[in-house]
Amino acid sequence: MSGASRSGDLGVPYFSAAAGARPGILGWLGSTNHKRIGVMYSFAIGFFFAAAVALGVLMRVALMTPGQKFISAQTYNAFFTVHGIIMIFLVVIPAIPTIFGNFAMPMLIGANDMAFPRLNLFSFYVFLAGAALAFIAIFSNGGAPDTGWTFYVPFSLKTSVNVPMATFAVFVLGMSSILTGINIVTTVHQLRAPGMTFFKMPLSVWGLYSTAWVQILATPIVGITMILVLLERLFGIGIFDPTKGGDPLLYQHLFWIYSHPAVYIMILPAMGIISDLFPVFSRKNIFGYKMIAFSSLAIASVGSLVWGHHMYVSGQSDTADVIFSLLTFLVAVPSAIKVVNWIATMYKGSIRIEPPFLFALSFVFLFTVGGLTGLFLGALSADVQLHDTYFVVGHFHYIIFGGTGFGILAALHYWFPKMTGRMYRRNPAVVGWLIAFVGFNLFYSTILILGWMGMPRRYSDYLPRFASLQLFASVGSYIMVAGLAVIFLNLWRGWRRGDKAPDNPWGGATLEWSLPSPAPYENWEAAPLVTKGPYDFSGSGAGATKDEAGEARE
Amino acid sequence: MSGEEKGGRVDADRGRIGMWLFLSTEALLFGGLFLLYAVYRWRYSAPFHEASLELSRAFGTLNTAILITSSLAVALSVRELREGRLAGAKRFLAATIALGACFLAVKAIEWGVKFEHGLYPGAKVLSSRGPGQTLYFGLYFTMTGLHAVHVIVGMSVFGWILALMARGGVDADRPIKLENAGLFWHLVDIVWIFLFPLFYLIT
Repeated sequence: MSGASRSGDLGVPYFSAAAGARPGILGWLGSTNHKRIGVMYSFAIGFFFAAAVALGVLMRVALMTPGQKFISAQTYNAFFTVHGIIMIFLVVIPAIPTIFGNFAMPMLIGANDMAFPRLNLFSFYVFLAGAALAFIAIFSNGGAPDTGWTFYVPFSLKTSVNVPMATFAVFVLGMSSILTGINIVTTVHQLRAPGMTFFKMPLSVWGLYSTAWVQILATPIVGITMILVLLERLFGIGIFDPTKGGDPLLYQHLFWIYSHPAVYIMILPAMGIISDLFPVFSRKNIFGYKMIAFSSLAIASVGSLVWGHHMYVSGQSDTADVIFSLLTFLVAVPSAIKVVNWIATMYKGSIRIEPPFLFALSFVFLFTVGGLTGLFLGALSADVQLHDTYFVVGHFHYIIFGGTGFGILAALHYWFPKMTGRMYRRNPAVVGWLIAFVGFNLFYSTILILGWMGMPRRYSDYLPRFASLQLFASVGSYIMVAGLAVIFLNLWRGWRRGDKAPDNPWGGATLEWSLPSPAPYENWEAAPLVTKGPYDFSGSGAGATKDEAGEARE
Repeated sequence: MSGEEKGGRVDADRGRIGMWLFLSTEALLFGGLFLLYAVYRWRYSAPFHEASLELSRAFGTLNTAILITSSLAVALSVRELREGRLAGAKRFLAATIALGACFLAVKAIEWGVKFEHGLYPGAKVLSSRGPGQTLYFGLYFTMTGLHAVHVIVGMSVFGWILALMARGGVDADRPIKLENAGLFWHLVDIVWIFLFPLFYLIT
């Protein structure tokens, strides 16, 4: 991959067979091109997402009526565990850093690739290896894990199912996540185009950068914790085993030292992307650029100190409870700063409602609901009542699905023209969004109410008094999944048969829109000189309007 | 293509940043174990004291000396390489690998003695000594075991770099691979510098 032979690839779409060292599928599987790796990740993660959604739907079918008609309690345990493991470790944690961090970020900062292209491809295969281990764990040696995605000891030490391989899979996936994080931090420090100062970076890059630090600093802790569970199962070293003097509570501490920051790995990059979308669709500079950038760092750092709020009822000391509760309320502040700034960006803007912006707007609404219900759980007294109920399930689905999930969909609809060179149809996208949004709220607001009434999570059956609301929640979930189906079928159709996309369909001012659609194999012959901010819509350049860009291509 | 630049200063800086970030993850990986050690040492201080008397300070001191000498050897190898003396760099690197092997051999003898005495997880002798000593040896085998895995990985990387040196892939103009591998080796050394007093000396 020497520099000289590459110049012929300028202008050739990144997915063109003519680009790269080898044609065909080998040219993809062996490619270190950041756009190809990002797209490969998107297909792998899309597949895992579909599998985990299917498990979720099966659970809602089983819960539609009281009694265990379709699946046994053990099968139900396996379903929610595998649903959680896939969604957390194979979908939501990796999705934005690997898909959009790879595909879009180098273009956003005016670079030609990531800092370590080969390491990037390697991390993709480590990711696939981890996924393969997780799937083998489901079907071998005792069967699918039934511990929940948290692998709490001592149950995970005693259950007969294949916990050792599942924990090893999590360790391997963590390694992949660390490598991605190292790549993103190094890329941001080393490969920004001339003139691209830190405060001229798009806020999506700030989001990815903050996330990458959390990936680097938090993931090793869960790595060693998973290895210890594995060693405990294989050799009985006793470190977490209460029968040998070990302390199960220490497991919870080590687990959440990673797994709470992991929530910020999930949400921070989505917040960054949303911060990019609001100015573009309001035709206005972002309100409070520096506040949003610094609040990302604040969330990344304070968010690393709140893990104990998962353990209020575990028997940890009251002092710890009070400190963790205080820090939990503190971390809500930078999140609220972002929300207020997004709304303020729209004020007196020239708002253009397009599918990516609909997803971005619903992100703000759903994330706010998730954030406010989080305050209920962060309060010590309320948590005693709400701990381990559907209220927690509703809360984190509002954050993770309503926030990160809708953020991913926003990003997908935003960069789709750059990824495929084609446009999806606008109306089906809007209809799909509306169905998914309505179904989502019918479903998860009911889940919140059920939790408030005392419905515990992870139960395969329930009391008759919950029956009508459980039925309602199931119907809501079917509507939501129908909306997702419309969204993805429309994207699929757009990818295969959509109209040709203009270079800059949304009138974005960030650098990737100055490149042709689909993105070329090589981004720039010479690094671009950056003179204006990412949300400066005055003048031409990347900020050209849709019509101008369309005419320019004729 | 800037992502593929070979040799230049930018590339070396990039490699160095990546390596230091990776080393911080390694420090945190062991950090989790040190945290567990601290909690259990505080909770079971008397049994930890008794258990630590079972370890051989002579072997521990010997291994500390071996590992520090190996760190010196790899540092000298880096210096030789930077100054263009490839043969010297190879010699010191081979010495590093040999010292790593010595470390592992001593470690194997130590572990063997513990197994003979029934001081391993699951053994009747150890179980009869109560939870504190069980946890001490659980931590001992886990932490020195994970450290030994790192020694093996480091030696393998050095072996690969020796092969690269023979083929001209690592030389005075491109020392970054050896420098980074050396940094990794120093980290492995530093981890041992903490393990040695915690298990052998504090009683």
